[in-house]
Amino acid sequence: MCATCGCSDTGTPRITNLETGQTNSLASHHHTHVHGKHDAGHDQHSHDHEHTLILEQAILSKNDRLAERNREWFQENNILALNLVSSPGSGKTTILEHTIRVLRESMAISVIEGDQETLHDAERIQRTGCRVVQINTGAGCHLEADMLARGLEELKPPAHSLLLIENVGNLVCPALFDLGERTKVAILSTTEGEDKPLKYPHMFQSSSIMILNKIDLLPYLTFNVEKCLEYARMVNPHIQIFQVSATTGEGMAQWYDWIGAQMKSMTDKVGSPC
Amino acid sequence: MHELSLTRNIVSIVSEKAQGAKVTQVTLEIGKFSAVLPDAIQFCFDIVTKGTVAEGAELEIIETPGTGECHACGARFELQQMFSPCPCGSTNITRLTGSELNIKHMVTA
Repeated sequence: MCATCGCSDTGTPRITNLETGQTNSLASHHHTHVHGKHDAGHDQHSHDHEHTLILEQAILSKNDRLAERNREWFQENNILALNLVSSPGSGKTTILEHTIRVLRESMAISVIEGDQETLHDAERIQRTGCRVVQINTGAGCHLEADMLARGLEELKPPAHSLLLIENVGNLVCPALFDLGERTKVAILSTTEGEDKPLKYPHMFQSSSIMILNKIDLLPYLTFNVEKCLEYARMVNPHIQIFQVSATTGEGMAQWYDWIGAQMKSMTDKVGSPC
Repeated sequence: MHELSLTRNIVSIVSEKAQGAKVTQVTLEIGKFSAVLPDAIQFCFDIVTKGTVAEGAELEIIETPGTGECHACGARFELQQMFSPCPCGSTNITRLTGSELNIKHMVTA
């Protein structure tokens, strides 16, 4: 790995279809490995033909445009796409496994897994019998809209279905990169600090749902649930919170009901004349 | 490390708008609460621009402070933190600035 910028030859983004076992590169990252300072002295520039272009453009405008294209595609195909974000180890994959097992009878489900390395999570999802594509971001710390678009081409989720996107475990970067999802779902576990919503406000601000996982461990921890909920609402007064244990199943019904209601409202909208 | 991918976005937009002209200067606006480190952008810019029309360009970063407007007393004040209360004590605040993440302008030779 390049010690300066964190990239590596083997660290380029790639996508693996678990059904075909094929891995393809998503690489668009080619920079020469010269990390010396440039010598951009103004004296070197010719000022004779200088033009100033006013851009006033959002740095993320390209990603936002691609995300909007994904969003339109989801709407056209009646797909409920949820972007699950959290720290590593909060229980995202376990929540997905249980959600798939419970909801698969009532709706078609597919998964896009995002991790820096390995196919481990996608293999866990595959064992549930669910269709899954793994995106390995390599040097990247989050999924971007174009990676998701490539994942969708590979996965081909059916119309009228639920698409669960498990983002790279990271509470900073995924907040900035819209993928075109209906909403982000922030997962926080009781083995983390209750002040995480304050420490990582962007993530909790950009999510409309927060799942507080591992509540079965509360008797053994000093985690203050009330404080945690207060902090989350301070950052995002409209956030809807589910307290669950993916392992014991406690509280998971609220999450399943919420997904069911979202799926139903989407189908109703399609069926209605307006 | 999202600064690396943000910088790639910056260089991609700048290169497209330059239409082959040499870019000598780029000005960005980065808000205090944008979750982006200006130093890291500066660092990545030198690397990502190598071999592009923006190679060697000077990068100027305007860091905008966070400001808020209080709904209780109407005051406009500087926010030290994203959720700082108004000096009057109210937390009912609208953030006015601080989340900018924009390319303002660029100079081509």
